[in-house]
Amino acid sequence: MSSLRLINPEVEFLRYRRRMEIAGGVAALLFLALFSRFVWLQIIQYDHYHALAESNRISLVPAPPSRGVVYDRQGLVLAQNFSAYTLEITPDKAGKLADTIDQLARVVNIDAEDRKRFRRLLAESKNFESVPIRNRLTEEEVARFTVNRYRFSGVEVKARLFRQYPFADIFSHVVGYIGRIGQRDLDRLEANEQLANYRGSDYIGKLGIEASYEAWLHGNTGIEKVETDSSGRAVRVLSRTAPVSGHNLYLHLDAKLQQVAEKVFGDYRGALVALDPRNGGVLALVSKPGFDPNLFVDGIDSASWRELNDSPDRPLVNRALRGVYPPGSTIKPFMALAGLEIGVRKPADTISDPGYFVLPGSSHRYRDWKKGGHGMVDLKRSLVISCDTYYYGLAHLMGIERMSGFLAQFGFGKKSGVDLDGELAGLMPTPAWKQKRLKQPWWPGETVIAGIGQGFVLTTPMQLAVATMAIANNGVVYKPQLIRAWRDPVSGQVSYAAPRPLGKIAMSPEHLRLVKEAMVEVTQPGGTASAAGANAPYLLAGKTGTAQVIGIRQGEKYDASRVAARNRDHALFIAFAPADDPKIVVAVLVENGGHGGSTAAPVARKVIDYWLLGKLPTVYAPVEPMAAPPEEEVEDAGPTEEIAPPVVEEGATQ
Amino acid sequence: MNLRAVFTRLFAHLDGPLVGLLGLLLLLGSLVVLSATGENTAKIASHFLNMSLALGAMLLVSHIPPQRLMQFALPAYALGLVLLLGVALFGIVVNGSRRWLELGVTRIQPSELMRLAVPMMLAWYLHYKQETLRGRDFAIAGLLLMLPVGFIAKQPDLGTSLLITASGFYVLFLGGLSWKVIVGAAAAAGAALPLAWNTLLHDYQRNRVLTLIDPSSDPLGAGYHIIQSTIAVGSGGVSGKGWMAGTQTHLDFLPERSTDFIFAVYSEEFGLIGNLFLLLLYAAIIWRGLVLAAAAPSLFGRLFAGAIVLTFATYAFVNMGMVSGILPVVGVPLPLVSYGGTSMLTVLVGFGIVMSLVTHKRLVKT
Repeated sequence: MSSLRLINPEVEFLRYRRRMEIAGGVAALLFLALFSRFVWLQIIQYDHYHALAESNRISLVPAPPSRGVVYDRQGLVLAQNFSAYTLEITPDKAGKLADTIDQLARVVNIDAEDRKRFRRLLAESKNFESVPIRNRLTEEEVARFTVNRYRFSGVEVKARLFRQYPFADIFSHVVGYIGRIGQRDLDRLEANEQLANYRGSDYIGKLGIEASYEAWLHGNTGIEKVETDSSGRAVRVLSRTAPVSGHNLYLHLDAKLQQVAEKVFGDYRGALVALDPRNGGVLALVSKPGFDPNLFVDGIDSASWRELNDSPDRPLVNRALRGVYPPGSTIKPFMALAGLEIGVRKPADTISDPGYFVLPGSSHRYRDWKKGGHGMVDLKRSLVISCDTYYYGLAHLMGIERMSGFLAQFGFGKKSGVDLDGELAGLMPTPAWKQKRLKQPWWPGETVIAGIGQGFVLTTPMQLAVATMAIANNGVVYKPQLIRAWRDPVSGQVSYAAPRPLGKIAMSPEHLRLVKEAMVEVTQPGGTASAAGANAPYLLAGKTGTAQVIGIRQGEKYDASRVAARNRDHALFIAFAPADDPKIVVAVLVENGGHGGSTAAPVARKVIDYWLLGKLPTVYAPVEPMAAPPEEEVEDAGPTEEIAPPVVEEGATQ
Repeated sequence: MNLRAVFTRLFAHLDGPLVGLLGLLLLLGSLVVLSATGENTAKIASHFLNMSLALGAMLLVSHIPPQRLMQFALPAYALGLVLLLGVALFGIVVNGSRRWLELGVTRIQPSELMRLAVPMMLAWYLHYKQETLRGRDFAIAGLLLMLPVGFIAKQPDLGTSLLITASGFYVLFLGGLSWKVIVGAAAAAGAALPLAWNTLLHDYQRNRVLTLIDPSSDPLGAGYHIIQSTIAVGSGGVSGKGWMAGTQTHLDFLPERSTDFIFAVYSEEFGLIGNLFLLLLYAAIIWRGLVLAAAAPSLFGRLFAGAIVLTFATYAFVNMGMVSGILPVVGVPLPLVSYGGTSMLTVLVGFGIVMSLVTHKRLVKT
């Protein structure tokens, strides 16, 4: 290009034309490339991008169901829902949390406890989930926040359903409580393929009926198909599958009976199980002391938790199902039946009781509770006066294998199968068990003391009640159950739970009659529970028991001043009434109560009096069930619904 | 003089087919802006005001004789350079770029002026040297091009500097730049690319290119625009979701949907059929523009008009390529469709010049 060119307009113009054609051609090619790209995106990849646009646009919002209500047999509410406003923070959207909370504290009341709970919940949650900072806002607080809402991004007022237990600590162990879903719950839900149904649920049953009937109480989560904009705000609802509420449950429990039982315990610790022998229904299930399950719903604060957990009274342990105690003399009616059925004793067989029993070839004396003994004792009398010597000998005659085998039919050493979680099986020992567990042989002396319900024998109050039911029912045993009926949330139909018979223990009617008669005499003058049975206008059959306290359990804190009191014997009483047509079976255990006849039997008497006669004990004062906070009607208040739609500002992104 | 004669006179320098095509494009653009702004009346009003002003400017410019235009070439270029120098020294920084110059009353972006001033200057220079055009002249023209481009690239405004480079290159190309030089320059540019990548480009510019390759690497940051606009285009399908019915648009997923990303709105709502129509409309405008440019009586006219039309084509291509995810994100509006006065003014004034250069035949000596 260095040489000077002669300009020929003709040539120059032709070159220009040529270059222009090239440029036009390139432009045409590039446009063609664009068109191919459009074909690729809009035809070939259309399905993919269509799906992406739809998933941008549509989000599925779970609509949590409202949890089933739990009623007692009279229709009194034991667990219910109420709707209240919570203030919740979504950490992702809220900026600096500490500042946000400080600012919020000027609008609504937020105390140190709220902050602490928030921090704990925050640690458990994911950043995009909203975490409550305050529960149960008042109407005024809601209004105050709503006015100031523009200042708080990522903070929302939500209407949520809360669980409430109107009887507080009376049913703590039976009805239990719900709590926030934790990692372990999530793992379990995932294993059961239930995770999807818990999208949008914050709570899950943790204890008692709330836990064991979780699947029924929870209900089915609905789905709302919502069109959302890029900031996640719902623009409109496209479709909605309504949630299905959980089943309402009606229990065999009688709230008043339970309260009577609670009251008559006084300050004692212990447990009481009352069953309906005709169907195994659990009429009362008391474990004293209890605790207020309402504390657990929002997450218990650490001070209250420590108080409950560290208390030497161990209020968190459900003694009726998880307290294992030596049955003491309450085992004797079953021992008597064993001796008769196995054939090692006849009803008329008598022994002479010198006040102790000695194994052949040994000098060790197994003492009767009565110094000097009871003299001549037959089977009936052995129960009425609770003669230990008689049962030492009987146990020795039977041998541990036969004894355990027979008693196991009554449910000793096995879980009763009641519809609550966490029940313990107790222990009906055998030599094989001892060899396996303790790597030691069985000693004959261990059989002897097992005969009076000491040694290795351990039972729960529930097991005692079930075993007593077997006698009351002439051998027919039902699995104890709390559930009496349930209401289907869709059809509204109420279905009744069928009794669950466990079979019939084969026993001669003659033997049964004899033992029952003896148990009635226990509560008559001359019996060990004569005081408790005095003037009963019905036939009360029972058996007292006194169990030595072996020691202080692991983990329990020593309190020197209390050790003496806590080493006192446990008092037990099993009973059924009326003996000729049993309508109620009761097993009572009073920890460190001393004698069964003087401490446990009166408790059972008052409970049975109320049940059969409607007679309220003098100590009884009805607990007013807490009322649900009056704010909302409970039905259909979807927990995630917003109070007010956000105002969409136009042009912010331009 | 009757009214008819006034109109004849007024529109004497307009090209009917071109103006018709431009009008059609503007109409289509208004429909899209209406949808993209969510029927924001203030924005619509301002869009029509911009359109009227730009059309007025086009009409006005079409009356300027090419000779007068040629006189503007050097002063406009020089003024542009001075302003660019001013920006480099006193410019205000917006969004990390030093592009604006505060002039008390208003703030201006001198690089906008250079979009027309640079090709005009180069066309004028080649025209001026046409009798004795040789390699050295192209070298000097190249320098005249690179000087402002350097300033603009430094602001940094990579998109504008590349597009101005393109418009200058079109002048040189149409003016007969040797193929050897073109191929050599292309080879050199290719060789220098890794170096430029590491030294000249800013991080955010590198990111834009990287996100083009893999938008999902940063779905909420730099990749977000591209992901959402590609979804919008793709989900439009063959026939589109219908005017005002684009979900990506109306649910706020598309960023900058009334300006640089307006093509995504169009594409989502009108689909492949709409895209084909738009491509054909652009092609027709470019075709008509190139036909007109070739008919310009002077070399200045041919070069300048040709460069204007090819630059227009480039803008359209780059914008649609960017929105559909085959080019990196550069701040280029879709010509005559995007909301925004400056771009519309520049483009329509450009076409005004094209028409002026072609229709003032008898006033120009050849």
